[in-house]
Amino acid sequence: MKPEELLEIAERIVGWGRDGEQVEAVVGHSRETEVRVYEGEIESLSVAESQGVGIRVIANGRQGFAHAGTLDGDVLVETLAEARDNAVFGSPDEFFGLAEPDGVAPPELDLYHEALLEVSTESKIDRALELERAVRAGDPRIVGVESADYGDSVGADAIATTTGIRSSGQDTSCYLTAYSLASENDETQTGFGFSVGREPGDLDVDTAAADAVERATRMLGATQPPTERVTVVLDPFVSAQFLGIIGGTLSGEAVLKGRSLFADRLGDQVAAAAVTLVDDPTNPEAFTASDADGEGLATRRNQLIGGGRLERFLHNSYTGRRSGGASTGSAVRGYASTPGVGCQALSLVPGARPPAELIAGIDNGVLVQGVSGLHSGVNPVSGDFSTGAEGLRIRNGELAEPVREITIASTLQRMLLDVAAVGSDLTWLPMSSAGVTLVVAEVTMSGA
Amino acid sequence: MIDESVVVGTLSEALKTGGEFAEVFVEDRRSSSALLDDGKVEELTSGRTRGAGIRVVVGETTGFAHTSDLSEAGLAKAARAAAAAARSGGGVHRVAALDRIDAPAPNEVEVLPETVAKATKVELLGRADEAARAAGSAITQVSARYADGRRRILVANSDGVLAGDDQVRTRFAVSCVAVGDTGMQTGFESVGRPIGFELFDEYEVDALARTAANRALTKLAAQPAPSGSMPVVIGPGGGGVLFHEACGHGLEADLVAKQASVFRNRVGEQVAHPEVTLIDDGTMAREWGAYAIDDEGRPAQRNVLIENGVLTDYMWDLLRARKQGRESSGNGRRQSYQHLPMVRMTNTYLANGSEDPAGIIAATDRGVYVAHLGGGQVNTATGDFVFGMNEAYLIENGRIGPPIREGNLIGNGPEVLAGIEALGNDFAMGSPGTCGKDGQGVPVGDGTPTLRVASMTIGGTAA
Repeated sequence: MKPEELLEIAERIVGWGRDGEQVEAVVGHSRETEVRVYEGEIESLSVAESQGVGIRVIANGRQGFAHAGTLDGDVLVETLAEARDNAVFGSPDEFFGLAEPDGVAPPELDLYHEALLEVSTESKIDRALELERAVRAGDPRIVGVESADYGDSVGADAIATTTGIRSSGQDTSCYLTAYSLASENDETQTGFGFSVGREPGDLDVDTAAADAVERATRMLGATQPPTERVTVVLDPFVSAQFLGIIGGTLSGEAVLKGRSLFADRLGDQVAAAAVTLVDDPTNPEAFTASDADGEGLATRRNQLIGGGRLERFLHNSYTGRRSGGASTGSAVRGYASTPGVGCQALSLVPGARPPAELIAGIDNGVLVQGVSGLHSGVNPVSGDFSTGAEGLRIRNGELAEPVREITIASTLQRMLLDVAAVGSDLTWLPMSSAGVTLVVAEVTMSGA
Repeated sequence: MIDESVVVGTLSEALKTGGEFAEVFVEDRRSSSALLDDGKVEELTSGRTRGAGIRVVVGETTGFAHTSDLSEAGLAKAARAAAAAARSGGGVHRVAALDRIDAPAPNEVEVLPETVAKATKVELLGRADEAARAAGSAITQVSARYADGRRRILVANSDGVLAGDDQVRTRFAVSCVAVGDTGMQTGFESVGRPIGFELFDEYEVDALARTAANRALTKLAAQPAPSGSMPVVIGPGGGGVLFHEACGHGLEADLVAKQASVFRNRVGEQVAHPEVTLIDDGTMAREWGAYAIDDEGRPAQRNVLIENGVLTDYMWDLLRARKQGRESSGNGRRQSYQHLPMVRMTNTYLANGSEDPAGIIAATDRGVYVAHLGGGQVNTATGDFVFGMNEAYLIENGRIGPPIREGNLIGNGPEVLAGIEALGNDFAMGSPGTCGKDGQGVPVGDGTPTLRVASMTIGGTAA
């Protein structure tokens, strides 16, 4: 469906609003294709169309919400009635309120590539098969490809409110991803590689395949090292995941509700001087770039940490109002939830030196190429973190033997202060943060 | 939910251009939740989704399409899309006469949540908030969530299977923040069962809230976790996730078939201590991962995976089982009608042992006692897994000592199985969980008695 059609539905719902109540309607539609191949055959091919609506009602200072997975007329009416009824049972809060137009113009972004719609299913299958072949051919020690996938999505959404918000847009995206199995001497290791873009022409099969091969094969022969404190070098894919967690601690919601370890630290030096952290969904390079936030306000560039100094928290309309300011255009949501606050396209400002040069300056360290258990091992409230990790030892400035079954542990507070260098290799990933090689001193590596 | 004649028509449409197997999965899901945070009932949310997923299998290829349009025409359109995706071809197969499969529900549901007044649900939240804050002045923030869901499904396939299930789940969770000289700490507790509002006859929300609050308060005094390898004792109920990660995932037939499991080709081998028996049981009454019928129309089963230390079988879904010419084990599950089913666990637990739990702790000179585990993650191909410690203590000279701060433990599945050296006689099931695999989340349960693993790596920061 086209954004205009969705906006028309959202406006229709908002038109049903009664005197004294605020109504917000978020309507989304997407069409997705996903191909998975295995051993030269199509394992599965899914074609899917989905849509949904989320309706928020604020009346008498109370908020209610309901959502549904269809756009049928009777369902829209039912969903609004349900949201209205839910609002009766919430606690009153003087800061509840929908977003209001704030005069900020949305950025012009080229997120919708018609070319994606013209690509045949045949050619999508071919990309996945080509990827699987490239991984298999990459190294004789590759014994299997657990999965090689091509996927794409065409999405459109619209938001309308009784407070005058009207926003709609559409975008396209596609990806290739492969999980490889490498084996030698009865030992198996895994690796992954991917490529993302707005149209299939953006996808780079060779890089995705080479990453999947290298990540698996270079782990062959890995052993568990003894416990020690070392300098760790986080690979961009790993640093992006940590940045995402740090970004979460800078949300206005966490701050207002006493769950942010940086709540009283505005203006303080919370990180090494090399750290400048920016959330910028207006950056067209970002995979998660967007012209409007989850409440229909224009997105904008927000610098959170500058030269290590904490400068700003992110806000949606509610947290902005409650903290005495305004939204920073940072409402995040799907149609099935009310808006939260979060980063949309977070990145560190890259440094001057490439990863190889940074590694050359380290006598004793570990290059971490993968972490596991982030959801169980990082507590964003206390800041304690401890995650499973694997990677390569760094000895006298060179990459050495692979290590596995280790954990790396510190606190988020310490880690930011212990950043020794930021690499020059900023890489946008299929998540709401970008990766860059990051050198962190004094991290405990637990092993044997 | 839809007429049998429409089901048959849809299956026929799906096989019109060829194919060996077709399936219609219809789902109607209603959910409601209420969230209290920061002293206020922030919102009540209601959700409704319904739709159908249709798959067609031709040779090695599965074609899949889904739709939220449950009309005869809408289903036929999705059936043609799934057939086209499967590329059709092969012989023309007929739809066998549908034969309804009935399976007993794991338990009764007494009070359907949809019949309970919203005000009654909201009232629970306020009680939890009060009880948590009363647990200590250091408790500075509380959030409590009530959630219920009802999922009705209908599955029919061209082999003649017709089955349905009505799955109700109710859950309550509390999380607290405590602030002290050492900074902020968090505590969490949740309960959930495949039952209705009678959940709250069994559990007092006040008590749950106090447990969550006390976890946060205890951690204020916690010292940094040690780093390095040492013996680990896991408390009853709190440790099932260890086996979910250490070997459960590795026993899923889809991963085994793709050579992505360290347990491949090991059926019949002694993989653990002779007292270790691991079971996955979807029929377990009142446990979070239970159901009558799986998402492929197969009744849930009790499957013994490891018996007396010997690996006996993997878990199976329909497609993987068909290839092997055997029956599914009732483990074919999917997150929603928008997803393809795959092999998933249900309630996975380590059966009771024979030792006195106090004796297991007393026989441990120095180590870590984990009372409550958090989530985990595994790489099934290497067997390396991690899980979080939500509540843990040092063991010093055979006694449980001071609390330690949160962190992950890391181990290797086959090594940990082989390293189990003591099993207690105090079996208990743990908290309700959500298991994620290939982007799909499904409810699962787990359980263990007290047990000791000879050595695992603790991911702390202390020497």
